[in-house]
Amino acid sequence: MMIQLQAKGIVFGYNSSPILKDVSFEIGPSRLVTIVGPNGSGKSTLIKCIDRILAPERGTVLIDRKDVTKMDRMEIAKNLSYVPQSSARTFPSNVFDTVLMGRRPHIGWLSSSDDEERVWEVLRLLGIEELAMSGFAELSGGQQQKVLIARALVQDTKVMLLDEPTSNLDIWHQLDVMNIVSDLVKKRRMTVLMALHDLNLASKYSHGIIMMKRGRIMAAGDPASVLTSENIEAIYNVEVAVRSQSEEPFIVPIRQIKQNGSAPKSGAGRFFTSRKRRSRLPRSLAEIKEIRLS
Amino acid sequence: MGKTVRRLSTRSGKRSKMQEARDSFVFARYFFMVAIVALIVLLAGFIITLGPLDISVADAYRALLSRAFPGTFQVDPLTERVVWNIRFPRIVGGILAGFGLGVCGCVMQAVLKNPLASPFTLGISSGAQFGIAVAAVLGISVFGGPYLLIGNAFLFALICSAFIIGLASVKGASSETLILAGIAVNYFFTAMSQLFRYFADDEQLRLMTSWGMGDLAAFSWSKIYIIFGVFAVCIPLLMLKAWDLNIMASGDETAKSIGVNAERVRVYILVISSLVVATVVCFTGTIAFIGLVAPHMARMILGGDHRFLIPASGILGASVLIAADGVAMNLIAPTVIPTGIMTSVIGVPFFMYLMLKGRRKEFWT
Repeated sequence: MMIQLQAKGIVFGYNSSPILKDVSFEIGPSRLVTIVGPNGSGKSTLIKCIDRILAPERGTVLIDRKDVTKMDRMEIAKNLSYVPQSSARTFPSNVFDTVLMGRRPHIGWLSSSDDEERVWEVLRLLGIEELAMSGFAELSGGQQQKVLIARALVQDTKVMLLDEPTSNLDIWHQLDVMNIVSDLVKKRRMTVLMALHDLNLASKYSHGIIMMKRGRIMAAGDPASVLTSENIEAIYNVEVAVRSQSEEPFIVPIRQIKQNGSAPKSGAGRFFTSRKRRSRLPRSLAEIKEIRLS
Repeated sequence: MGKTVRRLSTRSGKRSKMQEARDSFVFARYFFMVAIVALIVLLAGFIITLGPLDISVADAYRALLSRAFPGTFQVDPLTERVVWNIRFPRIVGGILAGFGLGVCGCVMQAVLKNPLASPFTLGISSGAQFGIAVAAVLGISVFGGPYLLIGNAFLFALICSAFIIGLASVKGASSETLILAGIAVNYFFTAMSQLFRYFADDEQLRLMTSWGMGDLAAFSWSKIYIIFGVFAVCIPLLMLKAWDLNIMASGDETAKSIGVNAERVRVYILVISSLVVATVVCFTGTIAFIGLVAPHMARMILGGDHRFLIPASGILGASVLIAADGVAMNLIAPTVIPTGIMTSVIGVPFFMYLMLKGRRKEFWT
């Protein structure tokens, strides 16, 4: 049994108000796992804690059974790459130089021709070679996202983390970015963990989904088992209809449920009405490794 | 993805059109570096000829080379003395001062992620000015003799930035914290200097004012050796972090994810550049503008790679400073206008021109 990325008991808080409360999971190699959940549920925080951009109060992260908490920054950057939601640069930089920055963990003061060749390779792979000499700030949102993915790719890591990579993109570019990521998982056998708002994109592309609320994992598993109307109602306070379209669940929002009134309705609360019940929720995503690909 | 995979076929073959475009861009960078070095050599050769004693360009270079190759190059002793003891130290001092200010402005803007940052953002000049005020009015100084003012300026400049860096290290060294602390400390030391100014007599006042305007007149070879020694250690230490500075412009989070400990690099850069700036400022006084603008000029021409940007900012800073100084000495000779005034008078129009004509529009929008 291979585990590529493992988080154990991660606890994090800003000024002692807790954001993440004891989050644990395991993800196997060549898997695409998305974290979904309402705003403020701790998705982005979890991703930053895994990359140690934020230092968790407790808990460990293991990659290939190596402890990330014991690595220095350079070492982490060789094992984990991170694609931020967006990147505003103070000073201009062209696309090639921006992507070349991702080679930092591997290079000294001078970049070798191998490093530069690696950048060209990745630019071609993502179909943005023509943009190499354009300024990063002049690009459209979709192009910028691809450049950020390219920068993470040249780090040559087994695991990539993405923070809502589709949030500013039109529907064509959403699919474009998700296809790129999904190809990396299939062809390069990378493990990808991403925070995502769009439940239908998560459903379409993920091998596994982690559903979070208030800093806890409330449900986890394959898309069909996690994206049920009961779960979504309980987590998001939104009534939805879930259709099954070629096995992937397909979510149609219907209406909001008042947060402090009648809702959550019967059955909806089963995930977090009591502590006892919550503890029965799957804490480990070990089963994600056994999901059959559709 | 089909179309993107197809493009992989160009690998290991001939270089693609974009690769060639980048190659020529890289070549242009090197060419520009060589060009500005050549420019500064020519500029220096020309400025040496200006002054009350008529010296031709050829004589100036001959005089400079005569010490290295006494057999080959010979000039009359008066020319040689004027060149070596009066004009050349001032130019070398100007080059070093301009270089240091340009380099420090460049790294300061990078780590503070702010285009308005300059070598004086952390209050170094107001600290130094206060040190001068203390020495001038109270006669209190760490050193005596010719280093009475200089020693105080240096010490207070460092105290000032040490206080800010220390504060920020405790509070988390974000760029915002540093800039705000810098501005606050700036106000404090300016106020203290004004208090001293209020009580100063005419002679003390003149001393403080002339220092505040910035001047290259004080350079002698012994002072140049001191500056050169500090630079020889500090500038390579700054250059070492060029990559990290490139990355830090994308924000601390991104920097961390690529393996750069942003806060540590920030403090490292600030400590070293404070030392460089304090060394320059204590000899020249406040020469504003160069440290702010030389990095922008370099960035507009070269783009954002600090491996080129740091030396280019230095060389452009040096060029502007000696050009301004050349004008300042000769415009209404024999009266010498303070260099600090002339750098702004010359530099601002040039900078405005670059702002309007610069091709990197994204920066100004």
